[in-house]
Amino acid sequence: MRHLLSTQDLSRDDAILILDTAAQMAATQEREVRKLPTLRGKTVVNLFFEDSTRTRISFEAAAKRLSADVINFSAKGSSVSKGESLKDTALTLQAMGADAVVVRHWASGAAYQLAHGGWLHGSVLNAGDGTHQHPTQSLLDAFTMRRHLVSDPTGADLAGLTVAIVGDVLHSRVARSNVHLLHTLGAKVVLVAPATLVPVGIDPWPCDVVHTLDQALEAYDIDALMMLRVQRERMTGGGSAFFPSPAEYTRLFGLDGDRMRRLPDHAIVMHPGPMNRGLEISAEAADSPRSVIVEQVANGVAVRMAALYLLLAGEEGAQ
Amino acid sequence: MSRPIVIENASLYGDTTASLLIEDGVITAVGEVTAPEGAVVVDATGLVALPGLVDLHTHLREPGREDAETIETGSRAAARGGWTAVFAMANTNPVADTAGVVEQVWSRGREIGLVDVFPVGAVTVGLKGEHLSEMGAMAHSKANVRLFSDDGVCVYDPVIMRRALEYVKTFDGAIVQHAQDLRLTEGSQMHEGEVSAELGLAGWPAVAEESIVARDALLAEHVGSRVHVQHLSTAGSVEIIRWAKARGISVTAEATPHHLLLTDESARTYDPLFKVNPPLRTQSDVDALRAAVADGTIDIIATDHAPHAAEDKDCEWAAASFGMLGLETALGVIQKALVDTGALTWRDVARLMSENPARIGKVEDQHGRPLAEGEPANITLVDPNEAWTVDGAQLASRASNTPYGGMELPGRAVATLLRGEPTHLSPRFEGAFA
Repeated sequence: MRHLLSTQDLSRDDAILILDTAAQMAATQEREVRKLPTLRGKTVVNLFFEDSTRTRISFEAAAKRLSADVINFSAKGSSVSKGESLKDTALTLQAMGADAVVVRHWASGAAYQLAHGGWLHGSVLNAGDGTHQHPTQSLLDAFTMRRHLVSDPTGADLAGLTVAIVGDVLHSRVARSNVHLLHTLGAKVVLVAPATLVPVGIDPWPCDVVHTLDQALEAYDIDALMMLRVQRERMTGGGSAFFPSPAEYTRLFGLDGDRMRRLPDHAIVMHPGPMNRGLEISAEAADSPRSVIVEQVANGVAVRMAALYLLLAGEEGAQ
Repeated sequence: MSRPIVIENASLYGDTTASLLIEDGVITAVGEVTAPEGAVVVDATGLVALPGLVDLHTHLREPGREDAETIETGSRAAARGGWTAVFAMANTNPVADTAGVVEQVWSRGREIGLVDVFPVGAVTVGLKGEHLSEMGAMAHSKANVRLFSDDGVCVYDPVIMRRALEYVKTFDGAIVQHAQDLRLTEGSQMHEGEVSAELGLAGWPAVAEESIVARDALLAEHVGSRVHVQHLSTAGSVEIIRWAKARGISVTAEATPHHLLLTDESARTYDPLFKVNPPLRTQSDVDALRAAVADGTIDIIATDHAPHAAEDKDCEWAAASFGMLGLETALGVIQKALVDTGALTWRDVARLMSENPARIGKVEDQHGRPLAEGEPANITLVDPNEAWTVDGAQLASRASNTPYGGMELPGRAVATLLRGEPTHLSPRFEGAFA
């Protein structure tokens, strides 16, 4: 594996290797000394064109626990301002000798361009590009599901599980990444969203689509319920709004205590964060014992350690 | 006075083989020709002779973006592509919305002399869609403007569109519409469909084009005026044009070479060279456009040649400008997509790329004329067997944003004559004219 750009590029074996490696990484994090020498001498650049403190510190922690040198490069600019171009940034990083570039960008495809533009030799790890992909998020989601829902997780996929993803699919890189990864791992995926927030052209996606949360709770035995963050401006944009009001969204798609109690006993509640409490998820649901939201964050570090390890340490073995 | 030229044994329109004698910019004999003394003799065996091509849709970028293209570099690209006339779109800076600007563009074109540059005037002041520009002044200027377009932007307000359609009747003009519902395409990046859903790029739905095409056809019918629809890109638009023509509405339509060859699948590279407006559509749209070009529903092929500086393309897809080069590749792309596939003959190509655009542009007294005695010697010689590989850096345009880089095209223009003067000669002919 040279880059990690999209979950569509991952075979079942690739995905399971990452999850198993992440499990080993997580085990090392229980030790007294958590730092591993694996990537000593390697330089990992966190290149963030879009603010995301949570994702950045997760990658930073992952790289540091593998003893890599970490450089944080914030090149924030609005979507139209062309301060430093992607190309110039890539050339700069190349000159600095980055072994891996973790990139978060507002533009769909930016990670792909960085990997394939011929500007840079290091590995590119997509930490979220526009509304396209966020592969490590879906890997940490799959990791979390496997831990909770599969009895003998090592080497296993998610066959037989049903995962419902609720919310703004149209603008969600988390949803796109998860649909493909979960399908590759054998799970059934159900997207739950108002039709305005489902992309046109979704037919080939390997998933079902339903249009209210109650309908999804009715029709499927859901093992994992993933609530997506909904941006308020998508509902309050006047004539361009995707939904009449936040209140109506909450009524039809919000997860409250009552809806949560309709889930099977073993089912878990997930959210990629940051949450809008009271909008897509109630405090009762977010803080319930079924909620694995905080654990998702911890698992994020292990999964990102695994991804960096497989991209960078694997490289030498292959040569 | 230039030397007479004899073009020997050309295949006229790809049909009959004949020789052409050209004297003083005019075709003076067709058939068996005896070369006068001192004549330049060109062996055109195996070459197709077409009336000089007429591009109804070109962006020359001057004034304003001379870093991307100038009237001179664009004229050279046009000549090399086999064009003898181009219609220069109004979205320059300043916008071509006054007699002053259109006259400047027109006279700069004359000065360079490689291609006849016919300016298209803006429909509305500053392309803002709010107030009609002084179209009468542009029509009565030296540039003699007959086509008006806010190309790049749709004339969106239905009342402004209606007024524009009515007003240009005064001087037998036509409104050339970039059909795009602005509200349905805010922030749009590519065709809305399966590929956009997967790539996470904001969609430009087919309906945003089709609804405007339908509206404008109905408006043209209502006020009895002429509308030309640019760069048709969807199967639905084709159906609407077919319906409008059957109803007797005075509507004409164009397709671009890129919409006839490429699809939205190319966006998977995230390479902004494939970013264009309207966007590349699906294979079934391409098929519908090809059928419509072949059956005459679509009247013309035009390039929408849109040069952009490197920094406007060497960036994120969403930050990149819309548009691609087209003048030098059009003939080869059309041969590849339509002639070599049997959908069109070279006779059809003459109709679609010369005669019809000259008629729509109201320059049919000078361009798109028959290859016949007494006609102006605007001639393009095509070698349908000179395959070549496109390289953006080798094109005459100042910019190099071609989507065809590395693609082999089956043929190309090897000589272009504008009123008997060679404006482009392949190296094989340079000796003959020396």
